[in-house]
Amino acid sequence: MMALHTRTLAELSVGLESGEFTSVELTQTLLDRIALRSSELNALITVTADEALAAAAKADAARAAGSGGTLNGLPIIHKDIFCTRGVKTTCGSKMLENFISPYDATVVEKLAAAGAVVLGKSNMDEFAMGSSNETSFFGPVRNPWDLECSPGGSSGGSSASVAARFVPAATATDTGGSIRQPAALTGTVGLKPTYGRVSRYGMIAFASSLDQAGVITRSAEDAAMMLGAMAGFDPRDSTSIDEPVPDYVAALGESVKGLRIGIVRQHFDEGLDAETGARVKEAIATLESMGATTVEVDLPNIDMSVPTYYVVAPAECSSNLSRFDGVRFGYRAENPEDLLDLYCRSRGEGFGDEVKRRIMTGTYVLSAGYYDAYYLKAQQVRQLIADDFQKAFADVDVIAGPTAPSPAFKLGDKVDDPITMYLNDIYTIGANLAGLPAISVPCGFVNDLPVGLHLVGAHFAESTLLMCAHQYQLHTDFHKACPEGFQ
Amino acid sequence: MSSAWEVVIGLEIHAQLATKSKIFSGAPTAYGAEPNTQACLVSLGYPGVLPVLNEEVVRMAALFGLAVNATVAPRSVFARKNYFYPDLPKGYQISQFELPIVEHGEMMITDADGNEKRIGITRAHLEEDAGKSIHEGLDTSSGIDLNRAGTPLLEIVSEPDLRSAKEAVAYLRKIHTIVRYLGISDGNMQEGSFRCDANVSVRPMGQEELGTRAELKNLNSFRFIEKAINYEVERQIELIEDGGSVVQETRLYDSDKDETRSMRSKEEANDYRYFPDPDLLPVEISEEYIEAVRATMPELPSAKEQRFVDDYGLKVDDASILTGSRPLADFFEAVVEVAEASPQVAANWVIGDLAGALNRDNLEIGDSKISAADLAGLVNRIEDNTISGKIAKQVFEAMWNGEGSADEVIDAKGLKQITDSSAIEAVVEKVIAENPDQVAEYKGGKDKLIGFFVGKVMQETKGQANPGQVNQILKDKLS
Repeated sequence: MMALHTRTLAELSVGLESGEFTSVELTQTLLDRIALRSSELNALITVTADEALAAAAKADAARAAGSGGTLNGLPIIHKDIFCTRGVKTTCGSKMLENFISPYDATVVEKLAAAGAVVLGKSNMDEFAMGSSNETSFFGPVRNPWDLECSPGGSSGGSSASVAARFVPAATATDTGGSIRQPAALTGTVGLKPTYGRVSRYGMIAFASSLDQAGVITRSAEDAAMMLGAMAGFDPRDSTSIDEPVPDYVAALGESVKGLRIGIVRQHFDEGLDAETGARVKEAIATLESMGATTVEVDLPNIDMSVPTYYVVAPAECSSNLSRFDGVRFGYRAENPEDLLDLYCRSRGEGFGDEVKRRIMTGTYVLSAGYYDAYYLKAQQVRQLIADDFQKAFADVDVIAGPTAPSPAFKLGDKVDDPITMYLNDIYTIGANLAGLPAISVPCGFVNDLPVGLHLVGAHFAESTLLMCAHQYQLHTDFHKACPEGFQ
Repeated sequence: MSSAWEVVIGLEIHAQLATKSKIFSGAPTAYGAEPNTQACLVSLGYPGVLPVLNEEVVRMAALFGLAVNATVAPRSVFARKNYFYPDLPKGYQISQFELPIVEHGEMMITDADGNEKRIGITRAHLEEDAGKSIHEGLDTSSGIDLNRAGTPLLEIVSEPDLRSAKEAVAYLRKIHTIVRYLGISDGNMQEGSFRCDANVSVRPMGQEELGTRAELKNLNSFRFIEKAINYEVERQIELIEDGGSVVQETRLYDSDKDETRSMRSKEEANDYRYFPDPDLLPVEISEEYIEAVRATMPELPSAKEQRFVDDYGLKVDDASILTGSRPLADFFEAVVEVAEASPQVAANWVIGDLAGALNRDNLEIGDSKISAADLAGLVNRIEDNTISGKIAKQVFEAMWNGEGSADEVIDAKGLKQITDSSAIEAVVEKVIAENPDQVAEYKGGKDKLIGFFVGKVMQETKGQANPGQVNQILKDKLS
């Protein structure tokens, strides 16, 4: 018998349906595994064993009654950025160390309605600001492929948990690459949908115009199952888009024959680790062998994406994080002398360095006299980048390249050098600036560390991305590889 | 005040929009609830919550824009105004900055010389209100009440076209009337749903360049606004004439001391770091939408006033008073519909005794204890000579006190006018017989004594004798 923790959502769904095991048994098995192994990785901030078992029992009862949603009884975890009623929602910060949300995020609601069983909340960079999970107040997450390495960030707890077979699927969020880069660094699938595809309601905001909820799984098929349950218009989020949700799973079986893959020259320039580049090129060659064609496309302004992002994202974050002032919820400094002292110390003590760095950068670029030169200029460049993509998608169906410039790096290696850290998202940020869907798929190894293939699609082309990734996974086994010690 | 100085005033009016729920959430907006009972997670600025625009505010703003001949922008954008304050839960206020929903409007007022004067309306934009801090009853701490946080406001900004406190008040009253006519604000100044800040400066007469201005805050009644502006104008002129100069600052009006005092200077002012709110889409308004809103436009005060003069033959001043509020105008028209007297008589009663009684009991026209139909009934009894105008006042009081309709009161109290000439003659003869000295004086040429005899007759008849008949019969008998 195939061990439960090694199975995908799709496989577990079959087992539950056939009566091979119950959701309670499955949930208990994974909770035991988490209890035994998760501290090695520090991947979870909160484990919700009691709630999970109760939800599993409910799912079993629903199944027995012939009802239940598409994910009935299937175990997942939520990134700790999603508000969960009655359960701590820390956002990886001391500021919200003891914050218990009075409501559920739309994503949490929708997945619960689909029958998913939530085992816990995953560790993350503080307020999703980071690319290594080292900015978390709760400490860094370790990469199951090499415990000395980072699992990527900001969704490092989600990526490590899925790679370590704690759960088959985890929710995650992506503002500049926070789903896809951790997926690449842990050999998992990371899907960031089109901006507006999934509701942001109840997802603690970092940069509102860039934030998008998505998933980390081991197979594209599982990502399709998850997205189907999460996506859709939400009247509580004005930026969510009222567009029908297609059947992502049904579309997986289509072929890549004739699929036009765009290759961007800048994505293979210096800055990309040679071996990583080689794996990505091999993956593209595999897709070609399956019937896809490649076309060189030009994104003339793509080099500006990192600086553009590091103006827009901090600007929005500086405003979004103003609500954490020690007055109504979250961390409050002790014995404040007056109002200013309450503000300064609550925020000074409650936020970590990276968050403060971005708040200060953002405050600066929005200041009188600098707004035009920085924020307004960045918005203009952002538009140019979006236009470049738009033009490119007239000629191609997807754009392929590396997800990250190198495989997982050692914890501590980049944490003191923000610029080097920021450059880890150089290939992913463009999709956020343009609001496009993108996916990272495992495509090989460099020195036993996973490498990710990055596919970007046109607006609402999630089906194409998932199909392409699924077909690729039918031809490859990289996603089935399990880190040593976590079999 | 020295006439060497010209006063320049611009007003920023905050009108609370009369929606049931808040501008970006479903929380209710009713006034006076227990603190924080009308604050949902959005009002509290909880992590993860998002604003969703209440579309009713767009309709209201568009209606206002059309009413003041403004441009209603096809595209307007909400922006964040960033600053820290305990009553501002998100650390930013959602407002409109570069692209407001209403621009380039105007309002006509009557200036001191009685001439029409155009006051430009620079813009009107939508924004959310903040909550409020509570200090009373709390020792060393402060309380925060977020019931008001997120209440929709329309901020109406005038051009610096106002030249005196009186003009400022006239303009403010016009806006106050209009927003209530449109039904977009209750205009209640005590409850803070209609507030005003004034930018005041002075400059030597004839100078083009504007003087340095002070912004006056906390002006919550028409009377205080006038007093505060007058105080501030005097202060600035004195300051300059004494060789000083005005500092750009925000000043608070203290109505107890009748003075303004400095709140914060320009140097201490915040850099609000406005930027478009990424949580909200731009507000896009089509031509069809604007036309649909225009179709719902009620008759506006100036048009109604003109119609009252033209159709009812009212005096201009009376028409102006009656059209000062829509419910009052509606009440008047309801009286006219039933009354058989001239509309001017009906107007006299509405503006006179009815307004007096309402004022005395501190009631709004909607709470009047006499209905329009009943007031018309009273007017009709005067018109058909059942009672005199003087008796009518007595009947009015009884009606006000709930003693029934005009007819019921007249019957119950036996107030029907005596028009029977023989009955009046009998009383007249009695009065003449009882006052021989006055009769002699009258006949000796003291004509004014006629009033004395009329008074006596009315006294005898408890005021019920028809005054015209009494006069005539007296004159006949005494000649």
